[in-house]
Amino acid sequence: MTGSLEKTTGSLEKTALHDWHQSHGGKMVDFAGWSMPVHYGSITEEHLATRQQVALFDVSHMGRLIFLGKDAARFLDRLTTRKVVDLKPGRIRYSLITRDDGGVLDDVLVYRLQQPDGTPFFGMVVNASNRQQIVHWIQEHEAAALDVTWVDETLNSAMIAVQGPKALELAKQVCGFDPATLGYFSGRSIVIDGQMWVVSRTGYTGENGVELVVPAVVAESVWCQLMSAGEAVSVRAAGLGARDTLRLEAAMPLYGHELSCEINAMQAGLPFALSLKDRIFPGRDAIANAGDDPLLPRRIGLQLDGRRVPRQHYNVVTPAGETIGEVTSGTFSPTLACPIAMAYVQPQFAELSTELAIDIRGQQAPAKVVKLPFYQRP
Amino acid sequence: MNPADLKFNKTHEWVHLEASEDGKIATIGISQFAVEQLTDLVYIELPEVGRTLAAGESFGEIESVKAVSDLYSPVSGDVLEVNSALADNLEVFSEDPYGAGWIMKVKVTDESGIDQLLDEAAYAKQCAEEG
Repeated sequence: MTGSLEKTTGSLEKTALHDWHQSHGGKMVDFAGWSMPVHYGSITEEHLATRQQVALFDVSHMGRLIFLGKDAARFLDRLTTRKVVDLKPGRIRYSLITRDDGGVLDDVLVYRLQQPDGTPFFGMVVNASNRQQIVHWIQEHEAAALDVTWVDETLNSAMIAVQGPKALELAKQVCGFDPATLGYFSGRSIVIDGQMWVVSRTGYTGENGVELVVPAVVAESVWCQLMSAGEAVSVRAAGLGARDTLRLEAAMPLYGHELSCEINAMQAGLPFALSLKDRIFPGRDAIANAGDDPLLPRRIGLQLDGRRVPRQHYNVVTPAGETIGEVTSGTFSPTLACPIAMAYVQPQFAELSTELAIDIRGQQAPAKVVKLPFYQRP
Repeated sequence: MNPADLKFNKTHEWVHLEASEDGKIATIGISQFAVEQLTDLVYIELPEVGRTLAAGESFGEIESVKAVSDLYSPVSGDVLEVNSALADNLEVFSEDPYGAGWIMKVKVTDESGIDQLLDEAAYAKQCAEEG
């Protein structure tokens, strides 16, 4: 048997919760230079716990940048695919950062928030694997004429995702307010024991939930409070493995899979993340032009019979065997109990119910084009 | 089966050897360590009965939510029998990896190489280094 035994190596970044993971059975792996738990025993059980009850995820490896100054909104507006200047206080937007050629550098969340003293600021959460690249991109695009300062807060803070049907009820017990009073994709800062937290109604699982950004020094205490307050609703810790299967069922793109520098933002099937009219940002024209290309491959969902799992880079073929695209992510869906995949295919094969196949290590496994997302919370 | 009576491949397959009237019969599975490392098994591909295998040859694959792994035969011989009950019952691997979790029985045709397999202690040492 080969190929699957992952190991933690060398000097990796550690989150403030690293010791907790290690002492609670976390199987630690190298993820984008961070030592992170991939699971605590079973990806499937952690996945189902998130769908049915509630789970905690350490997502502190995600990059967290803070922007201050009166031109912060204008600065970010010039760097991202969605408007920032009209973002209302307390609101959060999913957006993309693109190169001049329309290729995707990262997908991010942009937050407009206020510090407890009323000072406005913008937050940006970026992928761990892209943090350095985005920091460089920001530096390259700094303009002396704009009043904006920014700081990378990743290492000083921790980020905990509380996800699942019981998540709001659980988070309420440690936040001192009911996060259900926040709208979806809204957030606010709060002060607990003299420390600023950011609480937001966001997540990457397709479930209801919140994400908490807290100072690194209190991270373990907050995590343990959540674990203990959640005992009654069978809370459990979940690792990156379940995070991946959950987001895949919810058809959320993952950088390095559905999004990359080689993929034009127009291809990704995220029209809500593109605001092109009267906008200026890198890649704006290339994205608009790609929208006119009838041959541009499209992102689709595929569902398979049997149990073999389609994986990234496997070819999508027609029943006659002609290659028409490539799988970007695949898994065995714990919720649907069948294999699922996302793929980019030539647009004429993207219609729902089209019968295709995936070349799984030399064997053609029949696959049908299905609607995304694969799972939508009731 | 008791792990102390088994031999192990470096690639995490176990083998139990038993003398019979016409030579040695090998029963083959995967180790508890391998099962724990894989987690969340979803699929196994078994070899066909009658297939001739060389020691070290891939005879099938086992797939988890995270990854797919080839299975390698610890011995050379002909496949006599496969455990077809496994396909719909993959939890057997974690419940009883050295018993009900057996994968196939092979009639050994060439014993060379068997002495290079690891005993339980040597295999445990390798796992400690990997884990």
